[in-house]
Amino acid sequence: MRFAAEPKAAPPRMRWLAAFARGLPTLLWGVASIGCFAGVWEILWAVGWADAKLLPPPHVFLGSIADQAKFFNTVSRWQIGAGQGGDVPTPAMAVVLTILATTGRVLAGLLIASVLAVSIGIGIRYFRLFGKLSLPTITLLAPVSPIAWLPVAIFLFGIGNGPAIFMVVIALLFHMVLATVNQIDNVNRNLINVARTMGASKRQTYARVIIPAILPQLFVVLRFNLFAAWMVVLVAEATGVGYGLGQVVMLARNTFNPSLVFFTIFLIGVLGFFFDFAMRQVQRKLLYWVPHGAEVLRGL
Amino acid sequence: MVSERIPPFSSRDAVVCRKVGKTWSPGTPRTHEALRGIDLDVAPEEFVVLLGPSGCGKSTLLYLIAGLEDTTSGELWSFGERVEQPSPQRSMIFQEASLFPWLTVAGNVAFGLAIAGLATEERMRRTRQALQRVGLLEAADKRPHELSGGMRQRVAVARALAMQPKVLLMDEPFAALDVQTRARMQSFLLDVWRASKASVLFVTHHIDEAVALADRIVVFTARPGRIKTIVPVELPRPRDPFSPAAETLRRHLTALLEDEVDRAFAEQEALRA
Repeated sequence: MRFAAEPKAAPPRMRWLAAFARGLPTLLWGVASIGCFAGVWEILWAVGWADAKLLPPPHVFLGSIADQAKFFNTVSRWQIGAGQGGDVPTPAMAVVLTILATTGRVLAGLLIASVLAVSIGIGIRYFRLFGKLSLPTITLLAPVSPIAWLPVAIFLFGIGNGPAIFMVVIALLFHMVLATVNQIDNVNRNLINVARTMGASKRQTYARVIIPAILPQLFVVLRFNLFAAWMVVLVAEATGVGYGLGQVVMLARNTFNPSLVFFTIFLIGVLGFFFDFAMRQVQRKLLYWVPHGAEVLRGL
Repeated sequence: MVSERIPPFSSRDAVVCRKVGKTWSPGTPRTHEALRGIDLDVAPEEFVVLLGPSGCGKSTLLYLIAGLEDTTSGELWSFGERVEQPSPQRSMIFQEASLFPWLTVAGNVAFGLAIAGLATEERMRRTRQALQRVGLLEAADKRPHELSGGMRQRVAVARALAMQPKVLLMDEPFAALDVQTRARMQSFLLDVWRASKASVLFVTHHIDEAVALADRIVVFTARPGRIKTIVPVELPRPRDPFSPAAETLRRHLTALLEDEVDRAFAEQEALRA
């Protein structure tokens, strides 16, 4: 329902510029932060404390990108659809394909895990019998390390995308279910009571009050679990589940290639960072009512 | 036993409490009796203030009347019907944080109307009307976090009014506001009350607030909460808070409450010892 007129929006180009100007300090601080880290490393290398063979500094492992890229071109590369009929993708293309393969698994796992976890979490509180029957088992399974599930993943799905996605899902699912239940239990009672005094049914109370009320915190949980997803997918890939960034790290280990290790770590870091950034943007758009920022800490 | 089926009071009464008692978590170590033997009748269009020390169970009584909690003993009636569950006829306004932060002001006010399944047009009309009555029509598209505390409570009042309730239950609604805003909100509430023709049950521990608002003041004892006495307020409206009559009434209420606060303190000391 709209009652008042919309405020006049600035023309699109001006808004982009303004957004860029606002984001600039954050960007500069990011550059400074990474610069410091890389700088210390380079200094340690320059004074001879960091052995370039074991801990190659950034200019070494980034300088040899072209060299490293060819290692991404593992045997099964064309299985994911590039270069039909035996011809092999270029090294740069291979890097992109590897990244896409891993990212796709993370996204698929995250999506499946979130949908499942939120549905199960809501189901646990909505259907009392279901909750009583399932919550103890979920609590029992939550502390199990995802590594323990790896054999199960391979038993069930063999190799390929299946086991990697399964690993991501299993690593996140139980925690996210428990987080969802916890969020539901912590919804402000006044909000629920308002709905009840207005004559809302159980279904209406869940749909119109409880679910919107738990969304903000669930999104934070999702953001934190994004990092967990990246960690698990690498383990899954490294331990013989097909190909991907994890496989490249394993290859680097087996061929004693520290530059390749650090180059892959760098790729994963950049990817994780941009994922988190994207999620924060989505969070802002989707959850406009949640005040953001650590403003209050500035006063300390 | 046919006579028991007929309520022993008029079905016109907005709220009827008969020997109402409430014990929290009965049968557990944390059990505690919040209310005992409450007898209270509230007439239509009457403004009743429940006054008492903190933790005396006056808010509990409001929750019982709203139907949000079940009584442990006794009976509750409203307009000839047993109170067994919440009803849009009895709207409740909470101390704070009761607006849905993800909805606009208009969305909040329309919430109950949407639950009731009203057509969009009727919903808009009643939302607009309720917002107009609390003077916040221009804020219709704002979000709760953009409003001041007083404005937020006015939205909560508008949301309750949109349901056209016969009883307004208010649980220390102005407690979180500063003194000046509170005074403004009180006169605002009196206007709204007169226009709405609803009965109001208003919980507070502020004597000034009770004197400014009430037709009758129900004074509670400390735990378990019982009705100590009911003080009718004969002051003409609009009220002058500085009139000698108001001053006398305030003194009287202060003396009544002091006993209870003393008793509550003594009890706490005894628990600590």
